[in-house]
Amino acid sequence: MITYEWLYALAGAAFGVWSLLSLHDRLWGNAAFWALLAASFLIGSHVSDLVNGLLVLAMVAIAGFGGLRRSNPSTTLAEERLSLSERFGNRLFFPALIVPLTAVAGTLLYNYTPFRETGLFEARRETLILFGLGVLVALVVAMLWLRPPLLAPAQDGRRLLDSIGWAAILPQMLAALGAVFALAGVGEIIGGVAGDVIPKGSVFLTVLVFALGMALFTMIMGNAFAAFPVMAAAIGIPLLVQQYGGNPAVIGAVGMLAGFCGTLMTPMAANFNIVPAALLELKDQNGVIRQQIGTALPLWACNVAIIYVGAFLLWN
Amino acid sequence: MNYWPLLGIAIVVLGFALRFNPLLVVVSAALATGVLAGLDLVAVIEALGKAFNDNRYISVTWIILPVIGLLERYGLQQRARAVIEGMRGATMGKLLVAYLLFRQLTAALGMKDIGGHPQAVRPLVAPMAEAAAQKTHGELSEGERDKVKAMAAATDNVGLFFGEDIFFAIASILLIQGVFESAGYPLTPLQLSVWAIPTAICAFLIHGSRILAFDRRLGRARR
Repeated sequence: MITYEWLYALAGAAFGVWSLLSLHDRLWGNAAFWALLAASFLIGSHVSDLVNGLLVLAMVAIAGFGGLRRSNPSTTLAEERLSLSERFGNRLFFPALIVPLTAVAGTLLYNYTPFRETGLFEARRETLILFGLGVLVALVVAMLWLRPPLLAPAQDGRRLLDSIGWAAILPQMLAALGAVFALAGVGEIIGGVAGDVIPKGSVFLTVLVFALGMALFTMIMGNAFAAFPVMAAAIGIPLLVQQYGGNPAVIGAVGMLAGFCGTLMTPMAANFNIVPAALLELKDQNGVIRQQIGTALPLWACNVAIIYVGAFLLWN
Repeated sequence: MNYWPLLGIAIVVLGFALRFNPLLVVVSAALATGVLAGLDLVAVIEALGKAFNDNRYISVTWIILPVIGLLERYGLQQRARAVIEGMRGATMGKLLVAYLLFRQLTAALGMKDIGGHPQAVRPLVAPMAEAAAQKTHGELSEGERDKVKAMAAATDNVGLFFGEDIFFAIASILLIQGVFESAGYPLTPLQLSVWAIPTAICAFLIHGSRILAFDRRLGRARR
């Protein structure tokens, strides 16, 4: 049976290569950070929780004190890319399309044919495993077609990875925070408080408070990802899912999108709202936000309606 | 009831708002929450380590970077620019609606770095929108020009935010999966990502009609 462990071996190998290339470029912080992440993927299942915890603390220490830097691996120049893009044309999109196609078509094929009986994939894990397969296929196709130097995909991948930097593990870290919240009983505490504030049994009002909390916390923090474990632990899971029996998939997916509406309205999300205003040399630093509010508010209301209808009216 | 673990939430909110390194903020919040709930420090570090380990699949998505990086080496970004440039000739309204759709579709297929403010909006979409608006409506005032450019940037954000979650192998979807799984509700990525579709359609309709209304308003202001 193919499990996530296969995928973790693949990811561990990728981060290991990136670590070695960083080492070669004398970027010590980057090399150490990616080596620790590679170790987490390769041996995380075989060491104690404490070792994994210390690994996390070490990575955070490197990133938190500015140990990661942008890298500058050799790649093609802008002019070369222009002539290459003219030569290869729209076919350049195809290898990128292989990945979602493999994953989605593969998942459907696996789940709706007798193929499922083979038990080839660990239950509920098939899509992400097929995503990994899609990446490998796309890589082989692109290598055979474009015939780049052997290390090119690793180097160009590292260029992108180092531009993301420590933010690459932020979502995983936030999910871990969600688990610690659950362990510490944060949900029960807030569920108790919120139960006193929100009139009992008012599903719609609770949906409203959940979506409002996602948007407001996102606006304060500038990051919907960070707001998510907080609001899920506070209202999404204890009240909407457990007490009122809502559909967890809708509450999770659309709750996050309600947070994205908050992202459109806050100067805290500088990369999306303030940096472009500067890039475009706008007089008003909040000019982009002003153009987004008119979309964000009605869209937020749509999300409330979608959660209420999708997670409750259609579900029960 | 012991309310102290809620301090962890306050740490997250304040830490992000005050712009400390987010990883430091998250780990401090996790450690504080656990300790205030009565666990000893070693037990909290163990819990954090286990939770991080259990959620490794979220960071697996980065294995796509060599594919994207390789295609960029051969001009993927430049090709995307050529596609956007092909939208020329339309009115500002039609141009931005087309770009909105292009951005939503490519993000939904996992190509969320096609487009973006430095790569596409500043060099292409904003100047094209400005030129198209001037062609239809005549000379624009500085304030109006700024509004057109801001609308181009807004369109990029809306297209990205409400397209990317349709792609299942993206951090936000897997983060949702991880949080629900730790709470005892196992979900699959596709179960979650199909629920991004209704909002994506609403976003297209709402923002698309606002773009067209904005274009009409610019015309009316001059008559």
